[in-house]
Amino acid sequence: MSQDKNTLEVYIKPSGGWRSIDFKELWRYRELLYFLSWRDIKVRYKQTVIGAAWAIIQPLFTMVIFTIFFGRLAKMPSDGIPYPIFSYTALVPWTFFANGLSDTSDSLVSNSNLIKKIYFPRIIIPISAILSKSVDFILAFLVLIAMMIGYGVFPTKAVIWLPFFFLLAVVTSLGVGLWFTAMNVQFRDVRYTVPFFVQAWLFATPIAYPSSLLNEPWRTLYGINPMAGVVEGFRWALLGTNTPPTLIVFVSAAVSILILISGAFYFRRMEKSFADVI
Amino acid sequence: MSKIAIKLENISKQYRIGSLQARYRTLRDTLTDAVKSPFRKAARLLRGEAYGAADLTQTIWALHNVCLEIKHGEAVGIIGRNGAGKTTLLKILSRITEPTSGYGRIYGRVGSLLEVGTGFHPELTGRDNIYLNGAILGMKKAEISRKFDEIVNFSGVEDFIDTPIKHYSSGMYMRLAFAVAAHLEPEILLVDEVLAVGDASFQKKCLNKMSDVASQGRTVVLVSHNMEAILGLCSRAIWLNSGRKEEDGPSQDIVKKYLSSYVERGAWRIPIAERTDRGGTGLIRFVNFRLQDEKGNSLDFVSTGETVDFIFSYIGREEKLSNVTTWFWIRDNFGRELLYFGSRATGQDFEAISGRGELICRIPKFPLPPGKYTIDLKADVNNVRGDRMNDVAIFEVAPGDFFKTGRPVKGIGLFLCDHSWRFNGNVK
Repeated sequence: MSQDKNTLEVYIKPSGGWRSIDFKELWRYRELLYFLSWRDIKVRYKQTVIGAAWAIIQPLFTMVIFTIFFGRLAKMPSDGIPYPIFSYTALVPWTFFANGLSDTSDSLVSNSNLIKKIYFPRIIIPISAILSKSVDFILAFLVLIAMMIGYGVFPTKAVIWLPFFFLLAVVTSLGVGLWFTAMNVQFRDVRYTVPFFVQAWLFATPIAYPSSLLNEPWRTLYGINPMAGVVEGFRWALLGTNTPPTLIVFVSAAVSILILISGAFYFRRMEKSFADVI
Repeated sequence: MSKIAIKLENISKQYRIGSLQARYRTLRDTLTDAVKSPFRKAARLLRGEAYGAADLTQTIWALHNVCLEIKHGEAVGIIGRNGAGKTTLLKILSRITEPTSGYGRIYGRVGSLLEVGTGFHPELTGRDNIYLNGAILGMKKAEISRKFDEIVNFSGVEDFIDTPIKHYSSGMYMRLAFAVAAHLEPEILLVDEVLAVGDASFQKKCLNKMSDVASQGRTVVLVSHNMEAILGLCSRAIWLNSGRKEEDGPSQDIVKKYLSSYVERGAWRIPIAERTDRGGTGLIRFVNFRLQDEKGNSLDFVSTGETVDFIFSYIGREEKLSNVTTWFWIRDNFGRELLYFGSRATGQDFEAISGRGELICRIPKFPLPPGKYTIDLKADVNNVRGDRMNDVAIFEVAPGDFFKTGRPVKGIGLFLCDHSWRFNGNVK
């Protein structure tokens, strides 16, 4: 009967000020995190005709549109790589980031029935929203591999850095998402802001164009947009563009970690009001 | 043995419920406010003012300095009228919400059931939902797998376990939901009114399962309006009144005190004409209630088995009222609706009556045993609700000679009815 050797002791008191995440507690609830992600994955493409193909169609069609308008018509430079693969390599992490961000921002509100009826560390909800998106990422990535083979583009040794760039996308998406989802509980305006925000961010990120269009030091400063680091990192790791984006990536990583930490603190501060306000 | 499971000290909870409206506002005030207020709200939001952001200035105290101590193995019922803070207390114990002040400690693994089927997803199958709901309630995956067959058996939906639950009937849904909840084995179980849903046999099943839990030496805290459930399950009861702890003690005593206060402090103490807690358009308003016997003598109480007139005086807003329907319910101490009387049911609607008068309902052989009862009353004018009031009046029923035999009626039941006996010796 007693799962815990020493009786679990819980304190009930008003929490004040800024608190960090309780990692020990989060670890205790790891199975719930797993089940919520699993639920999101299982449910996502229910009652659709083409199911998980949606995960591929989104970046693929964007790539086609970009190729026609930016690649063919505007003759956008692409660091000497075929434009379709140049843009698709960027669109795979971008789509993951953008969808992850929208889902995370809405995650608390769409799970309000759980929040009002049961206790668990609330941060599990946005984290599971992001985790469940990684399945879409993997599917879109498989298409990328197929395209690379088709175009005869092979990665260099730098490919070992790929997981790091993916992690950077996760951290950025979660960091911004934590801010947004906590605000969304108070004011639903956030829900209507996010699509604009994501659209603007798309054009502020070197997806349709290479960051090499900019000269130093502006190119490095570009890294303040963490997704610039992610996208350039993906290209460098997979396509072997001859310009390693070291500085950009450093700036991006620093900014995105800052966003995540501040987002986590903000989330924790707002957390106590979720069940009352939502 | 008597280790403490829950200890609360001076727990208070304040809710913000709305903004106070300034009484005089010029157009200029309104316009400047419309421009400034979004910025003010956004600034507060960004500063992380969790509660201040939405400009909610009006507050209520849902709980006020509540202290309590519950020992391991105790089964405690929490009672009180609506809005007394029962659910808030449970939400604080289960950590869904934080108290505004005060502190507490809980020793042991807590399982809270504020509803059954929390997190059920309609697109997932019964099997998937058992795992999901189990995890949400705090069970480990291995634990759910171990109990899986037991849960499915208990729910009785074996044949549909791989069907998405959106295709379930509401009965199947509830059974599955409760089956998962019933297999939760926390050291401290917090339950809110989940027994109020479902049909009678389902409620009984829930009650049995709960008393199992209580008898296994686990700590149970139950919030309910169902006094029988409280008396059946809990040895101790806590009575909350407007967010404060009113009484705490053996459930028999507390329930009795609570019910008699329900009678003594009820809304019926206010004269009917002055009551404001009523609904309807006001086209008709009840202003008085009295009892009378068949000879026209007014009565202070009803005797079981006697003929009695229930007389409701009203004032209409207009000189003439047409198509008036009225009905009332008699409820017992537990709030159960026992009897229904309606002019529509008897086909005696009042098609044209004057703007003042009395509506009289005669009940021959009053069927309720001695006790105290309350009345809820409604009236429609032209199919639109004209007046509606709960706890209009309380009246006492005294022992009477229902069967006209001069013999006292023994035995406890809710009703009496005419009946007769005969003998048949012609049996092979």
